[in-house]
Amino acid sequence: MSEFLQQLLNGLSLGAIYALIALGYTMVYGVLRFINFAHSDVFMVGAFIGYYLGKLVPEGTLWGGLLVLSGAMIGCALLGIFIERVVYRPLRHGPTLNVLITAIGVSLLLEYTGQIVFGAAPRTFPQIFPTANYHVGSLTISSNQVFVIGVAILLMIALQLIVFKTKIGTAMRAVSLNPKAAQLVGVNNNVVISFTFGLGSALAAAGGILYAMNYPSIDPLMGVMPGLKAFVAAILGGIGNIPGAALGGLLLGTVETFIGGSQFSTYKDAIAFAILIVILLFKPAGLLGKFTIEKV
Amino acid sequence: MIAPRLQVLRYLRFVKNAGFWFAAALAATPCASVATAAAAPEPEPIKIGVYASLTGKEAVWGQSAEKATRLAVDDVNAAGGVLGRPILAIIEDNQSKPGESVTAVRKLISRDKVIAILGEASSGRSLEAAPICQQARIPMISGGSNPKVTQVGNFIFRTHFIDPFQGTVMSRFAREKLGAQRLALLTEVTNAYAVGLAKYFSADAAAHQTPILVDQKYSAGERDFKAQLTAIKAANVDALFVPGYYTEAGLIVAQARELGLNLPVLGGDGWEGPQLLAIGGLALRDTYYCNNFSSESDVPETRRFIARYQARFQSMPGGTAADAYDAVLMLTDAIKRAGSTEPEKIRAALATTRGLRGVGGPLNVDANRDQLKPAYILGYNSGDYHLVQVIQP
Repeated sequence: MSEFLQQLLNGLSLGAIYALIALGYTMVYGVLRFINFAHSDVFMVGAFIGYYLGKLVPEGTLWGGLLVLSGAMIGCALLGIFIERVVYRPLRHGPTLNVLITAIGVSLLLEYTGQIVFGAAPRTFPQIFPTANYHVGSLTISSNQVFVIGVAILLMIALQLIVFKTKIGTAMRAVSLNPKAAQLVGVNNNVVISFTFGLGSALAAAGGILYAMNYPSIDPLMGVMPGLKAFVAAILGGIGNIPGAALGGLLLGTVETFIGGSQFSTYKDAIAFAILIVILLFKPAGLLGKFTIEKV
Repeated sequence: MIAPRLQVLRYLRFVKNAGFWFAAALAATPCASVATAAAAPEPEPIKIGVYASLTGKEAVWGQSAEKATRLAVDDVNAAGGVLGRPILAIIEDNQSKPGESVTAVRKLISRDKVIAILGEASSGRSLEAAPICQQARIPMISGGSNPKVTQVGNFIFRTHFIDPFQGTVMSRFAREKLGAQRLALLTEVTNAYAVGLAKYFSADAAAHQTPILVDQKYSAGERDFKAQLTAIKAANVDALFVPGYYTEAGLIVAQARELGLNLPVLGGDGWEGPQLLAIGGLALRDTYYCNNFSSESDVPETRRFIARYQARFQSMPGGTAADAYDAVLMLTDAIKRAGSTEPEKIRAALATTRGLRGVGGPLNVDANRDQLKPAYILGYNSGDYHLVQVIQP
């Protein structure tokens, strides 16, 4: 029983990170109907900004950690807005496929620029937040796990509030529903889309910092695998749907952890993805997604 | 459809023939260069090829190997070179990636026309390069520990001890020094070295009634090991053996301690790297690994090597540096004894290397072209790994 609970906890903390990255994929898809493959590399850049900022503040302090976290989020938000402005906006009225291929190009550009700028060898991420281990019965909870789950929940609530309770959130939903009509009623599409990229990239940066805190070895290709998993999580939850992305992330993380702890650990990715295929066979739009027929 | 395929075949045949001509050309060059050496004051250098992981995941190994190689080559040249000719090392990077070593070694053999190949610390990448060298009939000296490396053919040698020895040493250490009866394994399954080491460790453990109770696995590049470690914790074992590389070992130990898994953790020579200490930190208390080299060894050759390496590069050499230095030593010794730079003669001389005093211990090539060298068991204590025990073969 305690092993089960421990694995559940491990799975949830891994899933929370997937969920944070998945939110970025799903938001951009919701507004623009395209998958931003560079998202997972923004996640990597977030971790590296944290690495460099972490050297400037004292290690293991709460304020220092929060400073690093917010610094990385702001840095990546700017990067996300910059990528959208320079690369995606000129292509916005072209076929979606062009933007998709360009996104892959941006992803590779970030990865290999990272290898030149940061070096290909893995770096050790500093301990930016104070750490401790708590024992509840036979269960061991690390402060990092609590922190990851806590921050993920807080950011998801904040995101939900932004999207549903603010003016810019209303505008985002309007653009998502019908960009032309939104423009007619006075929504500045460019601002909304920039904001969406900024917000998604900030979440990716938070994910990157949380990931690096838990697994303190970072390198320029670190985003590839978590990015793929988060992309799958977004599809699993129903792409374009924010609670769906969170649910998909948590589910994928948990399933992966349970299989990882069994004797089938070598097949954990295979089994996790097989489950995805089965779910999509029965619910093609994902767990919480609505199936809509594309208008011609 | 058929024409292009024929063309490909013709191309392949060309490449094959080219290989033959290269070998022939190589066999012919020594006579030519000896002639020029007599006439000109500047003798043509003997080219040796080195492939190493200068960048990427295991960059630490490649970079220290490169430094040690340069040190060794400069030493040889300062002493007048070999056969009156200086040595020139051409170093290629394989980015720690699978597949790249093949390209690097092919380039070294066919374009640079090296007479021997040195490298590398990883068994997996050595196994990729070895067939190329064997086919081209160019001697290769690897720093890998997997027994399969030298089994590729009679042109493949090594400076390192082999995994059956290392696995036995660690299993015996767990049993005798740590008193462990119940053992667990966490193996990197995507790594030929780790899988081999796990096999030999388990075999020795099973032979001494200390069986492996949990056998968990992970892949290279993975970062979350909590699932496997939680399963290991539930099995209530006395010691955990982690055959793998330093890049993951630090994370594994740190996560084990985070889960309250406070048992001795053991590893092989793949654990060596500063990243282990940087990531693992204090969590590394009660961890041990086996290496071919210890900076605390009192062998005079080792002491002198450490002093000179430190003076030149301001850093501490590790096992991969010692292997790289010894590879140059073995090769130049063989060239001297062969009295020729013909790959076939060098090969024959390498096979009869006996009692050569390397910086990482004595170098004796046995019938399987392997080495019998002492193993150093290092344990973590106050910030660094220190020598705990030396086990003779």
